[in-house]
Amino acid sequence: MKKKEVIFIISILASALLLWGIMLLIRKGDYGSVRITVNGEEYGTYSLSQDQVISIGETNVCEIRDGQIKMTGADCPDHLCMKQKAVGSSGGTIVCLPNKVVIEGVKAAGSEESSPEFDTAV
Amino acid sequence: MNHKKTAYLGLFAAVAIIFGYVESLIPFFAGIPGMKLGLANLAVLFILEKYTWKEAALVSAVRILVIGFLFGNMFSILYSLAGAALSLAVMTLMKKFSGFSILGISVAGGVSHNIGQLIVAALIVENTSLLYYAPALLISGVVTGLLIGLLTGEVTKRIRL
Repeated sequence: MKKKEVIFIISILASALLLWGIMLLIRKGDYGSVRITVNGEEYGTYSLSQDQVISIGETNVCEIRDGQIKMTGADCPDHLCMKQKAVGSSGGTIVCLPNKVVIEGVKAAGSEESSPEFDTAV
Repeated sequence: MNHKKTAYLGLFAAVAIIFGYVESLIPFFAGIPGMKLGLANLAVLFILEKYTWKEAALVSAVRILVIGFLFGNMFSILYSLAGAALSLAVMTLMKKFSGFSILGISVAGGVSHNIGQLIVAALIVENTSLLYYAPALLISGVVTGLLIGLLTGEVTKRIRL
């Protein structure tokens, strides 16, 4: 391998690490809920503190349990979304490409409909 | 196009399709969508070395369409085409202008393939949070690019067309 190739490879790795570091900094925080989007449009926001099974349209099913959300069902052939890492308090993303479903952690504690206890406390 | 070349291109398209099938059997999945070995790129890179980008593009397109209709769907064809087109364009330019060996060209191809797929995926689901996968896909592109580059280098030395 030539010297410039080594430099080329090292610079890609270095920029990947840099990008990773920046993303870690941006994403730092406590993720209390998840937002589900289908086709770029918001489907709903759900608190991670409340165990529940959510059907996303007719294509996907996900489940919140023990503060984590996982995709548990999908009608696509590859089922890659079901093998992706669960999204918990440190955030993350689950993607189902064929059905255009994205589950991503959001920092807000939870939306109105999923955490009514906040309303009663005021 | 002479008969010999036609036969060879058909042969390597078949090899690429079989590689694609073999790859679908390997559970090379680390929780990150789009991460895979890219065995089929071995055949494409080999063609690029022996002929020109036109023959490589032909073999690549045949492979993606056949694999897509056999094991995938319209979306997987779209992702594959985006990755393969960007990857082949970058590899062709690198081969012409960079003076890189097959290793460097393969790494550039692997990385650009992953970037192309990621961009199309983000466009299709209309969600930029997918770009969080970029660092992992950059690194996996380098690693698989090195592996495929090494393999293709050895194959190129041993097979004479």
